[in-house]
Amino acid sequence: MYILSAIIILTALGLFLGLSLGIAAKYLKVESDPLLEQVEALMPGSQCGQCGFPGCRPAAEAVVSGAAPVTLCPPGGTSLIEQLAKLLGIEVDLSQTTDADPMVARVSEDTCTGCTRCFKVCPTDAIVGAPKQIHAVVADACIGCEKCINVCPTECLQMHPIEVTLRDWRWPKPLVSA
Amino acid sequence: MLALFENPRLRGGIHAEEHKNQTSGVPIALDMPLPKKLFIPVQQHVGKPAEPLVKVGDKVLKGQLLAHSQGTISAPVHAPSSGIIADVVEYPAPHPSALPIRTIIIQTDGLDQWAAVDIPTDPFQLAATEICARVGAAGVVGLGGAVFPSAVKLDLGRKNKIHTLIINAGECEPYLTCDDRLMQERAGEIVSGIRLMLLGMNAPEATIGIEDNKPEAYAAMRTACAAFANIKVVQVPTRYPMGWDRQMLRYLTGWEIPADGRATDIGVVIHNVATAHAVYRAVCLGQPLITRVVTVSGSAVDKPQNVEVLIGTLMSEVLAHCEVKKTKVARLIMGGPMMGDALPISEVPVVKACSGILALSEQDIELPEVKPCIRCSTCVTACPVGLLPLEMASRIRANQLDAAVDLGLKDCINCGSCSYVCPSSIPLVHYFKFAAGELYKRQQMEHKAEQTKRLIDDRNQRMEIIRLEQEAEARRVMEARAARAREQELAKQKAQQALSDIATKVTVEEGNS
Amino acid sequence: MSIKPVSGPHLIAVRRVDDIMRKVIIALLPATAWGIFLFGWPALYLSVVTILSALVFEAFCLKLKGVAATPYLYDGSAILTGLLVVMTLPPWAPWWIGVVGSAFAIILGKQVYGGLGQNVFNPAMLARVALLISFPIEMTTWVKVKPIFVGPGIIDSLSITFSGMVPDAVIGATTLGAVKTGFSLHQTLPEILHDYSPALDFIGWGRGSMGETSSLLIIAGGLWLLRQGVIQWYAPLSLLLTITVLSSTFHLTDDLHYLGPWVHLNSGGVMLVAFFIATDYVTTPNTPLGQSLFGIGCGALIYIIRTWGGYPEGSGFAILLMNAVTPLIDHYIRPRIYGRYRNGKPIESNQP
Repeated sequence: MYILSAIIILTALGLFLGLSLGIAAKYLKVESDPLLEQVEALMPGSQCGQCGFPGCRPAAEAVVSGAAPVTLCPPGGTSLIEQLAKLLGIEVDLSQTTDADPMVARVSEDTCTGCTRCFKVCPTDAIVGAPKQIHAVVADACIGCEKCINVCPTECLQMHPIEVTLRDWRWPKPLVSA
Repeated sequence: MLALFENPRLRGGIHAEEHKNQTSGVPIALDMPLPKKLFIPVQQHVGKPAEPLVKVGDKVLKGQLLAHSQGTISAPVHAPSSGIIADVVEYPAPHPSALPIRTIIIQTDGLDQWAAVDIPTDPFQLAATEICARVGAAGVVGLGGAVFPSAVKLDLGRKNKIHTLIINAGECEPYLTCDDRLMQERAGEIVSGIRLMLLGMNAPEATIGIEDNKPEAYAAMRTACAAFANIKVVQVPTRYPMGWDRQMLRYLTGWEIPADGRATDIGVVIHNVATAHAVYRAVCLGQPLITRVVTVSGSAVDKPQNVEVLIGTLMSEVLAHCEVKKTKVARLIMGGPMMGDALPISEVPVVKACSGILALSEQDIELPEVKPCIRCSTCVTACPVGLLPLEMASRIRANQLDAAVDLGLKDCINCGSCSYVCPSSIPLVHYFKFAAGELYKRQQMEHKAEQTKRLIDDRNQRMEIIRLEQEAEARRVMEARAARAREQELAKQKAQQALSDIATKVTVEEGNS
Repeated sequence: MSIKPVSGPHLIAVRRVDDIMRKVIIALLPATAWGIFLFGWPALYLSVVTILSALVFEAFCLKLKGVAATPYLYDGSAILTGLLVVMTLPPWAPWWIGVVGSAFAIILGKQVYGGLGQNVFNPAMLARVALLISFPIEMTTWVKVKPIFVGPGIIDSLSITFSGMVPDAVIGATTLGAVKTGFSLHQTLPEILHDYSPALDFIGWGRGSMGETSSLLIIAGGLWLLRQGVIQWYAPLSLLLTITVLSSTFHLTDDLHYLGPWVHLNSGGVMLVAFFIATDYVTTPNTPLGQSLFGIGCGALIYIIRTWGGYPEGSGFAILLMNAVTPLIDHYIRPRIYGRYRNGKPIESNQP
């Protein structure tokens, strides 16, 4: 008798809770994941594709769903990893991450034919020039996405590390094992 | 040990071996030969670099303006000797990276001929603004190491109606005795400079703080100040970093400057004692800041002394003058051993910030192996700011910069007390410098990311507009074509109609006939 | 000249980790020597076994980690841990107690956390508590005072340490143990402590752990460390004061059932804990206020465990519990930063 009542109560409880969950899921649904928006806002937004996803939004989706690690974005660097980890509430060992030296594209005047292909793909309009004239890269606007490198027919575009000046020089991390 | 009962005005700090005896008793050497070439960087101060006024080939006289200041926080630079402008180029700066900086090079002519100087009849009758203007025009900057333009500070003090001027004569860095010697030999001139500063700020009184390891300087300043009731001379305990301006202020007055504020917020302005001397020269003698006293010391120096050096003299020449054995030099330091920077080359000019040139030999800089932190918290005791260096460093090592900032990283003054006392030889200050730079880089990257987003948005918008325009154009073309086709059709129909009409007419007419 | 930028300061103080460890060991030596004198050759054998095994375990762990062992072995931290472990052991305990204690201390207490400076709990106290729980008989077999020249000889002692043959005749209880047993037999304090001598207890002429009996020598060592600047006084003083205040208060209300401060302070390793364990760098707070709180917490816990708990001594448990709280203390108690209030907000300028 006791067993029966227990079974009935638990079944009723299960049904009730399942039903309410189902209703809640249907009527209280959040249209767009707010987390997704936040993650996308943190991303550089250059749609450079270095992470392997077609753009920053798909990358953000992958990060939120857990399909990709928070360390996926090379241009974002350690700063982005730290922010993403904080936002998503996960622990990341940052001690092994190193920021790659930022690179910018540079046009070699000897081989540029003025084909305009590079500045058509540049997401930030960092390449200036006109047809049949030598192009140039505005280093401040270049985000190092390397899209132009891939389309240049004469390989006249190359990536170079940003030149360090006295103003930008910073102390390197101490090299100690302990 | 009894830190709980210690003077709350004096927190943290260390007693380092002083090494001051080698130079504190030797008079300032004035016999430095005139260099063949002088290298004057256009930025020797905090703020915007000065803009050169001279061209290559110009002849300049001693004290002539070479580059004028730009913007509110900036300072001009002047020719330290007469000669010809040999070049305006990028030349290695006295900086740990030795990266180049825009530098005016003067080929001296050996005449050392002064330009016309403007000496006021009674400098103490000048208006406050006039004093500030003259100090600014002379390129005087804080000579304690911060190199903040002094005129800006005087103006700030006048506008904020300060009540006390504090003269920082702590000189707490080991080895350095340039301020000590200056006070011993030129106390009267310094006091004149202090009086001018007071006049320039409309401030009532001044307090001079001198560490108690400089009794001669203290006595000299006491004598020089005896006639002026509003200038007090106070001995302060010898404990590094006593010369940190905020520590000096806390000790002398008991007040602290708010973490987000300036000294003027609490009615105080702090100047270095050597700056007071430079102010005297600028206003009373009309001489811009073109020389400074530099302590040359260290175990690789055979003739350690203070030398009055022309700004722009190469350090290698100063070292040679003090009989430095080049082979013995293991590390060359500009400034004091605690906060100074190691320079990779000695062919860099002496600048306004250069209070000392130390040539240390191998045994001075032997650094024991770095060991793990044992959390002895000696660094916590030593920190004059009240930070937890061990915790900050461990966060930075794991690249958790935000956590380090939460612990107070931005309040760190890089005084080096923690690294000095660390029994495990952990390069704590290096970690903090690295982290500060990294934070700056991140800030810039965020700035760039914003800019990038804007650029991308702009581009996308433009592309969208172009696409829409193209579509509209295409539609127009299509429509025009369609319209033309319709017209043609219509015309055709009309023509046919006409034709058939004619035909009917003809038939009818034929029928009628 | 170097090309890589070197950051200042270009001067450093002379005190190194090895010096600190060496000084602590030196400060412990008088009490250790007294213990060996008091309890004879078995105590010496146990000390040697324990310290050697501590070194062996340290070397073993470092080898597993793939680190060069020698510099770490020379820093003295393993020797110090071994020494502290043996000082808290019953002097005639069998050799394997020492070995197991060292293993607990070095492997579980220190190396599994990542080695020197990383551990949460004091290794020596961890070992003591682990041993006490695992081997209660061996850990509470206290011998009478048998000074080295009247006790068992060099050869006889070998059988005590290495085959565990302790003659029943010499076994007895420590003062605190006797009190605990006495209370369970409904005796009152004057009956239990009829032959207690405060002076002998202070000098250390009595039963107890090998290195804990002599308050005098431990205080001397601790004061020397204070003078050398190796330890700070906040934790020891607050710990001893707390015990004194608590025990005096209860003793004054009921002197038949609550021990006075003198017995508390001089028994069960309180002095050792106060000067050498509560001042351990790694496992105690960083700030003076934090260290004081740590000392107060330890003192209170020791008193509570002794008076109302199951164990007569309680210092090991008290330390471990407070070790666990240390990160919390360090998180909330930080020094005030220049120009800021304690809560981190910039101070307001209240100047004219």
